[in-house]
Amino acid sequence: MQLEAKDIGFRYGDGPWLFQGVNITLEPGEIVGITGPSGRGKTTFCRILAGFESPIEGAVHMNGAPLQKNGYHPVQMVLQHPEKAINPRWKLHQILNEGYQPDQELLNLLGIEQEWLTRWPHELSGGELQRFCVARALGPNTRFLIADEMTTMLDANTQAQIWHAIMEIAKKREMGILVVTHESKLMQRLCHRVINFNEFD
Amino acid sequence: MSILEVENLSVSFKSYTDGFKEINHKVISSLSVALEAGEILAVVGASGSGKSLLAHAILGILPSNASISGSIKYKDEELTAARLATLRGKELALVPQSVNFLDPLMRVGSQVRTAANGGDAVSAQRKVFERYHLGKEVENMYPFQLSGGMARRTLLSTAMVSGAKVIIADEPTPGLDPVVIKEALSNFREFADNGCAVMLITHDIESALQIADKIAVFYAGTTVEIASVKDFVGKGEAIRHPYTKALWRALPQNEFIPIPGSQPHPSSLPSGCLFAPRCEMATPECEQAQPEMRELRDGMVRCIHAT
Repeated sequence: MQLEAKDIGFRYGDGPWLFQGVNITLEPGEIVGITGPSGRGKTTFCRILAGFESPIEGAVHMNGAPLQKNGYHPVQMVLQHPEKAINPRWKLHQILNEGYQPDQELLNLLGIEQEWLTRWPHELSGGELQRFCVARALGPNTRFLIADEMTTMLDANTQAQIWHAIMEIAKKREMGILVVTHESKLMQRLCHRVINFNEFD
Repeated sequence: MSILEVENLSVSFKSYTDGFKEINHKVISSLSVALEAGEILAVVGASGSGKSLLAHAILGILPSNASISGSIKYKDEELTAARLATLRGKELALVPQSVNFLDPLMRVGSQVRTAANGGDAVSAQRKVFERYHLGKEVENMYPFQLSGGMARRTLLSTAMVSGAKVIIADEPTPGLDPVVIKEALSNFREFADNGCAVMLITHDIESALQIADKIAVFYAGTTVEIASVKDFVGKGEAIRHPYTKALWRALPQNEFIPIPGSQPHPSSLPSGCLFAPRCEMATPECEQAQPEMRELRDGMVRCIHAT
């Protein structure tokens, strides 16, 4: 199960190219970091990998074949702002169980407490909400996880908690992870190798 | 002299369950901090510990179901609603946390210009955009066209053009690249060196240490420690409170080891020390009553065991 981005190029409308010729290969169990200045298209690139956006040039392949257009997407993404990634009119158990039913073990690992499930999103803090976003992205068919500034909004302790949980799951399932962050210390701690997005222009 | 003084502040929210049953959630309790002129105070702590609420309480922009007790003084005078109305945006400025604070239907250049007090608003806006590496085309964009980092730089610009004496910056740096973070932080430092004061609310201890003078650590709606930045070195032996130590140890550049659990919800706060349920040093004594803030080695700590 290899995720491959081949010669990806993207621009919005007739605007200038945001990036062109981006080639990235991600192996199972591999943890790769992406760094680069803000506004250069790191998030857009992640959205292409996760299937939220189609590339103008190039293609995303899984195991040498194009990604399927329907069914569960094997590449799941967790965003920077959890409060913007969930439905404010749904209670948390609904949000958590939308895609699949996470087991208790996963909830324990991520520190999701039973009493949070009956609450509304605005009643929890960002760190608490982000645990739900991580849990729902870790369905049984997730092969690659994209963490786009996933713990940027969280305090050091919560950041370490969430990453320890994810690393444990990634190891067990041989899941590949793409980490987008500006924090070089975190990058060094987590990643096997780092790609500088600035190289693609 | 303290330019801004918060004493014994409590904030609670009124809400209704089961129809007419009213409940009060106390989200900030007995909180005291002071901001000196020429100083940067960093406020760090977990999300949900009341950091943003403190900022909103100071600026008087809490929602209508919130009630406040305690005192907030600006230049030795009580900050009343009437006084706030004249100072807000002029002498007191906020860099809000969420990029949702931008007006989605207004070009960002115009938004920044409305914040400028006197002088040439257009050139002030262009100057600050240049400083934050926002290209000339950005001023004509709408918020949805900006990346996360660009939106945050726009929010920063708004406070910087206002000419305020006190800036309360609520998480101004997440998602920015190191170059812009450095620029923003040195901007704050410059601002403080000119006799103004900055309250930097952040969970990014590393950035805070680079520019702040003092650090106030929040946990579950109150301060547990106020320390000089000099205390944050090595394994954290000079740090006073066990929660601060835990935060320090959890940093990726230190040990990256978290402590389990999460902070208590305002509806189910422990009766004694708020950190006791997660504390290794906790004894039955800790559960008796919430410890008072006390002075210790040139800092303040809310723990009976701290030495």
